[in-house]
Amino acid sequence: MQKPDTVYFFGTCLIDLLYPNAGLAGMQLIRSAGVKVIFPENQTCCGQPAFNSGYREEALQVARQLMTCFPGNIPIIVPSGSCGGMIKQHWPELFKDQSDYDEACSIAERTYELTQFLVETLDIQLTDLGQPVKIAIHTSCAARREMGVAEHIESLIGQLSQVETLEQERKPECCGFGGTFALKQADLSGAMVTDKTKAIRATGASKVISQDCGCLMNIGGALDKQKAGIESQHIAEFLWERSHATD
Amino acid sequence: MQQTESFKKRIDKALHNEQARINFRSGMSGLMTKRATQFNDDQELQNMRDHARAIRSYSLSHLPELLEQLEQKLVSNGIQVHWAENSKQANEIIYQILKKADAKTVVKGKSMVSEETGLNEYLEHKDIEILESDLGEFIIQLAKEMPSHIVMPAIHKNCKEVAELFKKHFPDLPYTENIEELTLMARNILRDKFVKADAGISGVNFAVAETGTLCLVENEGNGRMSTTTPNLHIAITGIEKVVARLSDVPPLFSILTKSALGQPITAYFNMISRPRPANEKDGPQHVHLVLLDNRRSQIRMDDELLDTLRCIRCGSCINHCPVYVQLGGHAYGTVYPGPIGSVLEPQRLGLDKIGALTSACTLCGACGEVCPVQIPLPKLINRLRAESVNSQRSEAQISGKGSLRKMLEANTWVLWKWIYANPGLYRVFRWAARRFRKLSPNRLGGWTQYRTAPVPAAKSLQQLAREEGFSNE
Ligand code: SF4
Repeated sequence: MQKPDTVYFFGTCLIDLLYPNAGLAGMQLIRSAGVKVIFPENQTCCGQPAFNSGYREEALQVARQLMTCFPGNIPIIVPSGSCGGMIKQHWPELFKDQSDYDEACSIAERTYELTQFLVETLDIQLTDLGQPVKIAIHTSCAARREMGVAEHIESLIGQLSQVETLEQERKPECCGFGGTFALKQADLSGAMVTDKTKAIRATGASKVISQDCGCLMNIGGALDKQKAGIESQHIAEFLWERSHATD
Repeated sequence: MQQTESFKKRIDKALHNEQARINFRSGMSGLMTKRATQFNDDQELQNMRDHARAIRSYSLSHLPELLEQLEQKLVSNGIQVHWAENSKQANEIIYQILKKADAKTVVKGKSMVSEETGLNEYLEHKDIEILESDLGEFIIQLAKEMPSHIVMPAIHKNCKEVAELFKKHFPDLPYTENIEELTLMARNILRDKFVKADAGISGVNFAVAETGTLCLVENEGNGRMSTTTPNLHIAITGIEKVVARLSDVPPLFSILTKSALGQPITAYFNMISRPRPANEKDGPQHVHLVLLDNRRSQIRMDDELLDTLRCIRCGSCINHCPVYVQLGGHAYGTVYPGPIGSVLEPQRLGLDKIGALTSACTLCGACGEVCPVQIPLPKLINRLRAESVNSQRSEAQISGKGSLRKMLEANTWVLWKWIYANPGLYRVFRWAARRFRKLSPNRLGGWTQYRTAPVPAAKSLQQLAREEGFSNE
């Protein structure tokens, strides 16, 4: 894709409520590359939580409402692999046999995960202004397997000269979040996140970075509970902070 | 809902079995590493998967014709063919064949379909001695357990546990924890049984319609012994295992062994085409094939769920599943565990019986990524979740549709939909969540047992976007 003049930003419901700074940083990164960012006011959720729980009718209605937020034929940028994957991979399935199927497909085609857009389209170049730090990267499963964009978080972080990335054991393994899975299968999910945090702690990293706030809520919440002293942060916020140091 | 509760209990038990969890972790890590060494060229792997998928899809779209052709060929080769609609019929057919031949002792090669029908138990009730000849199956038969994996049935046990089991059952043999010595011991015990057995039972990996050939993939030679030493051989398999041509076999065989155990090829590959002719010296005089349906033809009627039947039982999805590695196979409570089990078993047994399996999945996609025939396992799990909470959403003939719908949960999603499909309502909800953020619960069921509770931010992204001058149109 050629660099567009303007894009939509879909911040996702999780970021809107819990991690707004991650969303804002994503928008700032895009704007600083000279692209106008529109944040449609009526956006809520892509429908993923209900869709993954089997409640497709409810998912459809919520997705349909989101659809009205992106009328222009311009790219939609999502700072989340799983919400991006929901729109890109599952909307066509969700809207199958519906009168607005074509519209859903058009939106799916115009949807990009944030790191993908930063690398593939904007070819963003970052200068690291931060202090030396050791981090671990957790690639969200949806970014890895649904969107196929796992390598971009690595290459973006690779641009930061003061950041050393340490690799945890079994890196591609799921952290055990899985949306409502974490509530429905709480102990199973707990066992998975315990393994995941153990592997991250063993690296000696002081931060864990991911492109999905679902994973961060899970991994970060577990690290906090364990008082591990490891911070968790969304890739957008991490990149923005380090390349535009204000303090 | 009882199934949900009993599944929870099995999960709880599995998560508290420290030793088994260690065994599974090391077993699965080893299998994943081994598989990866066989596929170091992504493009080549993709080509192989495309080819394998195409072969299996062709089989399924031409299933009735191919099965007819297979039967014809087998019969003209002298192999007798039997059709079983369900497990009970399959077991009865096999029993009748054994009875007619006056067979009292049977050696069996590894067969998941016979696990599906509960054949061992059935025959034991009829006073037929049945001995598993695959080492893993032999171990779990001694331990009176179910397989915990479709390729490595005793993977939940480590060498020490196997050694102790042997000591208990064969007190005269020397104690050893050395896996090679244990294997040798089992071989010696089994050798004797092979010679004396009246009949052999085996599974089938691929049944070739074109030639009427039954292919059997194995590593220990026990499959060959079971199918050639006794005078009677009975093979049992699912109807979906048919392939059209002999030339379909090499690509499937190759991707199967690489995906399953990371082997370029197995130690044994058997092709059975006919009973022993009068002028030859070895092989069984009588060969039978039992073709089992067990709802497969119903699964085939649904355009999406049909993909389930492409499975070649390599176990790769299981090896890569982050849930299976925590639980092991027994927690599933079914013959087939892991991702393929969570897809196949609810369709085979009913969502009302075992639909809860679909809840033990994060939809991470690791299974679909490695499946050699590209079954979209996460998509099918998600589909079955939808079927299990909604009885009317599709034509699919799965029993127990809608049976997992719970009032409270369904109402929660309706409420969720109201809020998230109405931006005005959503703004009120968000305002309230932020306004009372200090009051947000710091205990949220199982979530906070392992993690801190998330707290709404002071400002929403929408608010921050406005403040930073981002436009809304
Ligand atoms: S579903 Fe795919 S990966 Fe799993 S056992 Fe079957 S063929 Fe192998």
